[in-house]
Amino acid sequence: MDYLLATSLNQALDALADPAAGLRVVAGGTDVYPALRDGALTDPLLDVTRVPGLRGIAETGAGWRIGAATTWTDVVRAPLPPCFDGLKAAAREVGSIQIQNAGTVAGNLCNASPAADGVPPLLALEASVELQSRRGSRLVPLGGFVTGVRQTARAPDELVVAVHVPRRPAATRSAFLKLGSRKYLVISICMVAAEITPDAAGRVARARVAVGACSPVALRLEALEARLAGLPATAAALTEAVTAADLAPLAPIDDIRGGAGYRRDAALELVRRTLAAAAGTGGISEMGHG
Amino acid sequence: MDDFADRPTGALSFTLNGRAVEVASLPGERLSETMRERCGARDVKIGCNAGDCGACTVLVDGAAVCACLTPAHQVAGARVETAAGLAAGDPVAERLKASFARRGAAQCGICTPGMMASAVALLRAVPAPTEAEVQDALGGVLCRCTGYRAIVEAVVAAGRGAEPAPEIAGRVGAASARIDGARKIDGTELFGDDVAPADALVVRVLRSPHPHARFSFGDLDGFVAATPGLDCILTAADIPGTNRFGVIPGFHDQPVFAEGTARHRGEAVAALVGSAEAMRGLDLAAVPVTWEPLPASLTIDEALAEGAPQLHEAAAGNVMCRGLVQKGDAEAALAAAEVTVEGRFVTSFVEHGYIEPEAGFAQMVGDRLEVHACTQAPVMDQEALAIILGLPKARIRIVPTAVGGGFGSKLDLSVQPFLALAAMRTGRPVRITYTRQESMQSTTKRHPGEIVLKIGATRDGRLTGFDFDGAFNTGAYASWGPTVANRVPVHASGPYHVADYRARSAAVYTNCPPAGAFRGFGVPQSAIAQESLMDELAGRLGIDPLALRMQNALGNGQPTATGQVFEQGVGIGACFAALQPGWARERAAAEAFNARAAAQGQPLRRGVGVAGGWYGCGNTSLPNPSTIKCGLRADGTVVLHQGAVDIGQGSNTVIAQIFATALGVGIEALALLGGDTDITPDAGKTSASRQTFVSGNAARLSALALRERILRLSNAAEDAAIRLDPGSGQIRIEDGGQVHTVALGDMAADADGYVLAATESWDPPISPLDANGQGIPYAQFGYAAQIAVVEVDTRLGTVRPLRFIAAHDVGRAINPMLVRGQVEGGIAQGLGMALMEEFIPGRSENLHDYLIPTIGDMPEVETLIVEEPDAHGPFGAKGLGEHVLIPTSPALFNAVRHATGARLTRAPATPERVLAAIREAESREAETDRNV
Repeated sequence: MDYLLATSLNQALDALADPAAGLRVVAGGTDVYPALRDGALTDPLLDVTRVPGLRGIAETGAGWRIGAATTWTDVVRAPLPPCFDGLKAAAREVGSIQIQNAGTVAGNLCNASPAADGVPPLLALEASVELQSRRGSRLVPLGGFVTGVRQTARAPDELVVAVHVPRRPAATRSAFLKLGSRKYLVISICMVAAEITPDAAGRVARARVAVGACSPVALRLEALEARLAGLPATAAALTEAVTAADLAPLAPIDDIRGGAGYRRDAALELVRRTLAAAAGTGGISEMGHG
Repeated sequence: MDDFADRPTGALSFTLNGRAVEVASLPGERLSETMRERCGARDVKIGCNAGDCGACTVLVDGAAVCACLTPAHQVAGARVETAAGLAAGDPVAERLKASFARRGAAQCGICTPGMMASAVALLRAVPAPTEAEVQDALGGVLCRCTGYRAIVEAVVAAGRGAEPAPEIAGRVGAASARIDGARKIDGTELFGDDVAPADALVVRVLRSPHPHARFSFGDLDGFVAATPGLDCILTAADIPGTNRFGVIPGFHDQPVFAEGTARHRGEAVAALVGSAEAMRGLDLAAVPVTWEPLPASLTIDEALAEGAPQLHEAAAGNVMCRGLVQKGDAEAALAAAEVTVEGRFVTSFVEHGYIEPEAGFAQMVGDRLEVHACTQAPVMDQEALAIILGLPKARIRIVPTAVGGGFGSKLDLSVQPFLALAAMRTGRPVRITYTRQESMQSTTKRHPGEIVLKIGATRDGRLTGFDFDGAFNTGAYASWGPTVANRVPVHASGPYHVADYRARSAAVYTNCPPAGAFRGFGVPQSAIAQESLMDELAGRLGIDPLALRMQNALGNGQPTATGQVFEQGVGIGACFAALQPGWARERAAAEAFNARAAAQGQPLRRGVGVAGGWYGCGNTSLPNPSTIKCGLRADGTVVLHQGAVDIGQGSNTVIAQIFATALGVGIEALALLGGDTDITPDAGKTSASRQTFVSGNAARLSALALRERILRLSNAAEDAAIRLDPGSGQIRIEDGGQVHTVALGDMAADADGYVLAATESWDPPISPLDANGQGIPYAQFGYAAQIAVVEVDTRLGTVRPLRFIAAHDVGRAINPMLVRGQVEGGIAQGLGMALMEEFIPGRSENLHDYLIPTIGDMPEVETLIVEEPDAHGPFGAKGLGEHVLIPTSPALFNAVRHATGARLTRAPATPERVLAAIREAESREAETDRNV
């Protein structure tokens, strides 16, 4: 077994190009090691944390580029406009400080857990995933990148190098709420990210709502988003507009954290509260836990 | 791929605690393993190997990370700091050490390295953090002992400035720092996994993947021969003595290795012994075993159903045992009662969740076996191993290591027989550390209870009848199930007087892990039912819940359910009285909050609940003596053989304070020896809240005997003062105006090197219970009453505890700081049991699916120490450890009821269950409205 600490992107892509190597990409290790349970690691590892350019958040002509190996702590500390408030709130909810210091944005996406904290806010931000390989590079919308429970569109020879967020209007506001059974270190029962862009008249120009842990892959509620457009961008109006029918796309399951019926009820309440928080004009935006 | 400049060859260089190190680490190895096994940094504790507990937190280039999730080679060239390194010189850590010691912020000490590393990282970035900032920074480190409050306060205080290091000094009543606190705080304490020699072989246990299955082995010898580095595989056939153990006479039903049939998932069937290298990569699934799954009963109903598989021949219908306490005629009293309330309550398996998995090492020394492991009961381990191994006790030495939390589960054997058999077979030192999963799969749990209760009262609120029926899921083996079945009927009344009483219990075998001892032995479960119904009764009668409890509180001279009459020392009334001011204030504040919230259409509601509890200290109607030995060395040192295992609760300090006070010195003058069975007599198990009470009395008597012998040296009067000067070779006795100095060097020393010595025992006066459960089960009870204030989100079902007020009658607080530590820690466990903890075999065998409270879940606690002295207690003291969590869960349930009108009947009250109960209450209310 090998451990390859890549110091350039070319090295990393070369290594991945060799199908016989069977490399597993590691950055923070916060998903790789727990997945082993107590077994020994048998796959060779490709550590990408020292690849230049893979860590950090930068503004680009089109928006923002979040390097794949950017940690959640980096996200929390980065000076970013309010449209990233939801992502920052999610970053603070990823595991614990220890996990946030090591775990990376791309790792959270590639792990493809239905309860990944990073996915709903990045869906709301309409993020795309940049993949590179010796064959070239491609940009995949996040909604198409995570394809199922523990499944992504990444080919074995590809490396996620960045997550791209398109530019938003300065007025865009966002929020994120997570429901769990305790304060820290908790896997979500349900979580919601929302983004509201008001127009000059104070009406919703664009809304984005994404729900996690209530379907195999976190989902945007696009029909709801469309219905919210044109409504007053106030907590009261948005809260009132959301109905149980808006949650039809979700497919929650029963598990140890909660039953499907409860998840549906909680998701409805969370969607309302997250929209209210994103509208930022009062309303219920507190959570009993985290 | 030669262009990988930093491609590891195994050698890894970095800076560890300011020192350049180069180690050979396996590619992909966890940094935690590299730290512990290659760098000797055993202060990096491994609690879960999954990032769930944070015990292994280290700082990498200043940032806190879990070493168990960090590939070792990722730290090449980096700066790594561990708790012990920080404690040895970092100025921030220096402040934290003092503030931790002052507040007792380290109890067992297993999480402390993770807490300290996390706190140093915080204080470097935020020199004077708020409480909320401390919680965010330490939220990734789980603690099961302290309830976190002392830790939060210690870190906030360290940010405010340096405090002087607290003294370990004083006598009974002094809030002395822990006598063994420094090594817990600086990371040098040695726990079960920290003591094995470097060349020890490693043992791994093969366990049943099924709750019930027949199995047969294939060619094990062939497997050993074909596996390099594997020395042997041990099975039931390799047990030289008897393949049975247990803790209660007549209930020894558990095998070390299952024989042909496994009765629960996680049951051991074989142990593999080999080199550390071979065992690391060994796939246990490759061992040739054929499994034939059988129908399994996982619940009480399934086990009691007609045709259910029989777990043990001796227990027809799977009922292991029953308990009964009755006096008067409960049925007639209930039939005649003016008001009755009844309910059914269900609780879950609760995992002890100590952060230290079971661990230890064993070796042969000549023809004697030595087992070094974490344990709550060294002499019981010795006795059980003697039977299993077919050895005389004298050839078995048990050396308890520090215990990283026990709470009852480390009373039972776990790693010890595997270690012993492997050391005897190989003749080599052997070690084992359970993984978190096997710790959770195979060790004991709190019994799930299913309780039906009916209480009757007069219209003016006097309890008249009480009929309790509780069934407890005792799992596949007896463990402490008989104790639960006996204790519950004795305690089910709560600390109240009821004339006509009946309580029946049954412990039922199932194909679950054995349920055993866990802080309270079934009483926390029964208290949920009893204290919840007290509130329902108060509601029916229109009487204030606290007033109803005070009205019925047991008093001196009133018989308990077992007919025992205490003429003194009953402190429950004083506990309730202590709560009165807080009760009035908090109830009014909650009602005002709710009126505002309702007017604003907000979903949050606050509620305030109260519950009482009592708990008998020591074994139930069984002898349980403690023996304490002490001696004076020729150099002037007084040595205390302190065999009452300190599992974090503080017996090393408390027993020493009692001993020192009786001797007439301060604890700072003492030298302590631990519970090594070769040097220290049996102070009994650390359970049943008996150490302060029982071992404390033995320590007091031992000290008095030594004092008498010392005073006799100069024929001094009884009230003469003894002045120790360890190392001086003499002792000074101040008798009135006279000072006698006695040179000790001339006196003959005994085999232990003592010129004077004493050994004394004490056993609480109790009597057996008769067929109706009448008798004297305990020489003393301790009493408790708590208020919980909660905020309920009525649309999500989440419950956030905001505050606890806890009144505890401890008779005499030997050490008020340690009392507070027990109260806060017990409340945290009660909170977990009430709101989040549910162990489901096969589903929640880790610390991310099984949730225990984090630092952010534990609110402030106002501890009110009530001292109603007990004539039997040393200096009037009563036990405390288990009492604390008994009122916590029902106080929380009653607070939710006050907030929402919803009666919770199932623990844990997860958000889903709370929301369902709220909706049920709302629909009931709507129904009532329609009918009005």
